[in-house]
Amino acid sequence: MCPGLSHQGHRDGQRGGEGVVELGERLEYKKMLLTGDDAVAYAVKQSRVDLVAAYPITPQTVIVERIAEFAANGEFEGEFVPVESEHSAMSACVGGALTGARVFTATASQGLALMHEILYAAASMRLPMAMAVANRALNAPLNIHNDHSDIMGSRDSGWIILFSESPEEAYDRVIQAFKISESVDLPVAVNLDAFTLTHSAEIVRMLPDEVIARFVGRPPRRPTLLDERSKSFGLMALPDTYQYFKDDHYRSMEESPPSIRRVEEEYKGISGRSYEPIKKYALEDADVVMIMLGSYAGTARMAARRMRSEGHKVGVLSLGWYRPFPKREILDAVEDADTLVVMDRALSYGAPANPLMTDIITMLYEAGMRKRIINVAYGLGGGEFTEDDARTLLEYALKEGPRREFFFYYGGRE
Amino acid sequence: MMEEFKPVRSIFEIPRKERLAPGHRACAGCGPMIAIRQILLVSPEEPIVVNATGCVEVATSVYPQTAWIVPWAHVAFENSAAVASGVEAAMKSLKRRGGIDKERPVIVFAGDGGTFDIGLQALSGALERGHKMLYVCYDNEAYMNTGIQRSSATPYGAWTTTSPFGKVWPGKRERKKDIISIVASHGVPYTATASIYHWKDLMTKVRKALSYDGPTFLHVYAPCNRGWRFDPSLTVEVARRAVETRFFPLYEVEEGKYRITVPVPKPRPLEDFLSIQGRFRHLLRPEYREALETLKKMVDDRWTWLERMATATSKS
Repeated sequence: MCPGLSHQGHRDGQRGGEGVVELGERLEYKKMLLTGDDAVAYAVKQSRVDLVAAYPITPQTVIVERIAEFAANGEFEGEFVPVESEHSAMSACVGGALTGARVFTATASQGLALMHEILYAAASMRLPMAMAVANRALNAPLNIHNDHSDIMGSRDSGWIILFSESPEEAYDRVIQAFKISESVDLPVAVNLDAFTLTHSAEIVRMLPDEVIARFVGRPPRRPTLLDERSKSFGLMALPDTYQYFKDDHYRSMEESPPSIRRVEEEYKGISGRSYEPIKKYALEDADVVMIMLGSYAGTARMAARRMRSEGHKVGVLSLGWYRPFPKREILDAVEDADTLVVMDRALSYGAPANPLMTDIITMLYEAGMRKRIINVAYGLGGGEFTEDDARTLLEYALKEGPRREFFFYYGGRE
Repeated sequence: MMEEFKPVRSIFEIPRKERLAPGHRACAGCGPMIAIRQILLVSPEEPIVVNATGCVEVATSVYPQTAWIVPWAHVAFENSAAVASGVEAAMKSLKRRGGIDKERPVIVFAGDGGTFDIGLQALSGALERGHKMLYVCYDNEAYMNTGIQRSSATPYGAWTTTSPFGKVWPGKRERKKDIISIVASHGVPYTATASIYHWKDLMTKVRKALSYDGPTFLHVYAPCNRGWRFDPSLTVEVARRAVETRFFPLYEVEEGKYRITVPVPKPRPLEDFLSIQGRFRHLLRPEYREALETLKKMVDDRWTWLERMATATSKS
């Protein structure tokens, strides 16, 4: 029995399930019923993290609680620092990373906004670390439910940004995040949608501790505060040198895809689970492709599956990577589609388009592709999005319509 | 838990190994730099320094140069206590896992703005969590890096660009925040004030603070000739007069006990301190007499309070 499930894990009515499944000689895993938050906490425990500095915020709270429980029972070997704010959480992570330690934090919404200043420092100081973001709407009005306004506000901080669509993916992506960040010297944010992932329990096929320990290893050596020869970190750069730092950071992000791919492939080797920059569903001959981020992609795939069985040529593309943006993969996947439905769960007020739409249009323009594109703002502040909603939008897109369109879709109510 | 420490009695006890290189870009007569040099010289082990954004940081770290002969990190203005928390906690884990043999002392250097104002929350958090670190606030009584704006450490009546004196205002209209009481209220084992003129007192306090296994705090009076408007040759003299007029008392709070470490039985007139600084000189004009009296009363009241605290906590 895994200890996390024996106590407060049951509070939300979860049930622990267990069973060791062997996949051939090398692969084995333990099936557990876990929420996204629980899954992330287990991933952190197994990844031999040295320092967790975190501050509670709904809906990330359970991650912090669980890690504290692990620490209280001697199951988490690192240090747990219950800081007094998210700003200090990210600051302590920066301090920890400067010693060469492996560090982790988790946050959401207002917390990520409060960290904002230090996100840039972590990234441009080229510090490896992993962070889980339990995507939640931003105040005002106050709302604890899911959308992507939080991470979109920090989009340009220079972090690698990955999205998960299930508790198991959140677990897998967090483990990968440590290894990715340590191979490219950039911090990695793993997004999991508020409540739909953080608080919904699904079967997670957990890998054995020793397999994860071997996979992540110890962080590779890099310059630190503990080096024999004293070094200074976080210097001031005047206009004659500042740009070189930014250029270097920018290039590292541009050059990161092969390293990320390598980690995904290695992870497949230990888990049998395949990760790629994008997830494709029924795209081969699709006339209409819905492009999404996060957990509602699964809902859209259900709708697409049913519509396919009725003969409609619709497909769903969701992004596992958001930064670096998987341009090539998306272009290849949508090349033959007539219509794209770009689904944004965050707004960019007054901009030419909303965040995901901006990325997609830029990418298409560069590739010289012209398509009908419908941009939909949906699911803000936890706004519901059911299979019927996905179907409504896909059916709409199958009909003739203007080349460019934007509208709010409220879900259910329309 | 406290280790043995030796009070500093003579200049010959001070190691010659400099930890802050000369040639940095601080102004001539910079008080904070004198403080930091003294503190680093006397630290028994090579510390890791975490530095808040401010004068000291920008003057010592313009890429590709650094004045720090010790490991040094700067991240932002308000978070140095949090960064230091991370450094300290991570070292514990690394040591447990065999990555390092021993943890090194962590010293924070932050100005009054980064401590009294914008960094107060991070400081409070770090103190409450009990990270082993020496947090040094070098107090030059205003935001000097941005060009002399008032902070909550600026004393009553002082001129700054955001607390100018005029027909209505006497300079700063509010009293200086009592940071030592705030820090001491966290129940930390050791906190003290110090001044660069009284270097033996300062260095002894550094050694004592570093001997404690927990958070300790040093509030160092560090005159700024640019902001306080005096000749660069007078930095140490200004620091001396601040103590000798009882304007800046030197004391410590050790395990809850208050002790005045540099008694001032016969204080010099406050005017001796005020008159050599442009930021206070207006107080000597007749139209600001009331403000001068207010300031004098604040100084007297503070000293009396301190004596009472020392007496009250010395028993037991």
